[in-house]
Amino acid sequence: MPSASVGTLYRGHEGMWTWVAHRITGVAVFFFLLVHVLDTALVRVSPAAYDAVIATYKTPLVNLMEVGLVGAVLFHALNGIRIILVDFWSKGPRVQRQMTWAIMAIWLVLMIPGTYFMIIHTVESLFGSTS
Amino acid sequence: MSAPALNVPKTARSGGRTNYEMWSWIFMRVSGIVLVFLVLGHLVIMNILDGGVQRINFAFVAGRWSSPFWQVWDLLQLWLAMIHGANGLRTIINDYSERDQTRFWLKAALLTATVFTIALGTLVIFTFDPTIS
Repeated sequence: MPSASVGTLYRGHEGMWTWVAHRITGVAVFFFLLVHVLDTALVRVSPAAYDAVIATYKTPLVNLMEVGLVGAVLFHALNGIRIILVDFWSKGPRVQRQMTWAIMAIWLVLMIPGTYFMIIHTVESLFGSTS
Repeated sequence: MSAPALNVPKTARSGGRTNYEMWSWIFMRVSGIVLVFLVLGHLVIMNILDGGVQRINFAFVAGRWSSPFWQVWDLLQLWLAMIHGANGLRTIINDYSERDQTRFWLKAALLTATVFTIALGTLVIFTFDPTIS
């Protein structure tokens, strides 16, 4: 196995960066999942213990991190579908680059309203309601 | 300049080996497709619809887990996501750890965390008591 000092760039096209991003988002989501099962397990301790930990999910900083989590999961899901299409769809390998830009567009289109609904309460509590 | 030659394998793969890596590869794709629906559904319900995370508390969880539908959803999601994620991390450990000992201990830690988390989550879903105080 080559050492990291040799360089780990593979051509540097879109396919390499989606591969890198797939790994980074996968690892991040997995470590969140370990924590999330632990915090949910507090329902087995007491309602007060669970409500206390869930209260941290509602704070502005963690709320913003939830947007990052949803963005990471959504990218991992869309890119995973793209990988499956490259593997199993006869035209997949030929259009893999177009599919990369397609998932980026879908990601953006879904994240804009998603982010709005996720942080609207935090924005209103910090800066006051606009309505 | 010609491409570097690849050495021809001198011996065939010894018999008796299972196709573990192929099944792992298939599992990632099958579980991935199921998780797209389970996890994105979970995130839309918990973080986006009807006030999102601001409305979640013990009573909300109790209401959801009174239905076998959401119990099965969460149980399936827990097992598939944990195994999918652990298998992904196994691949990453294999790729980047250079010493056999490092690889062994990272995988041991991964397996411990995975078994513990699946067991804990499963226990919580099966023994949840909405009247606990």
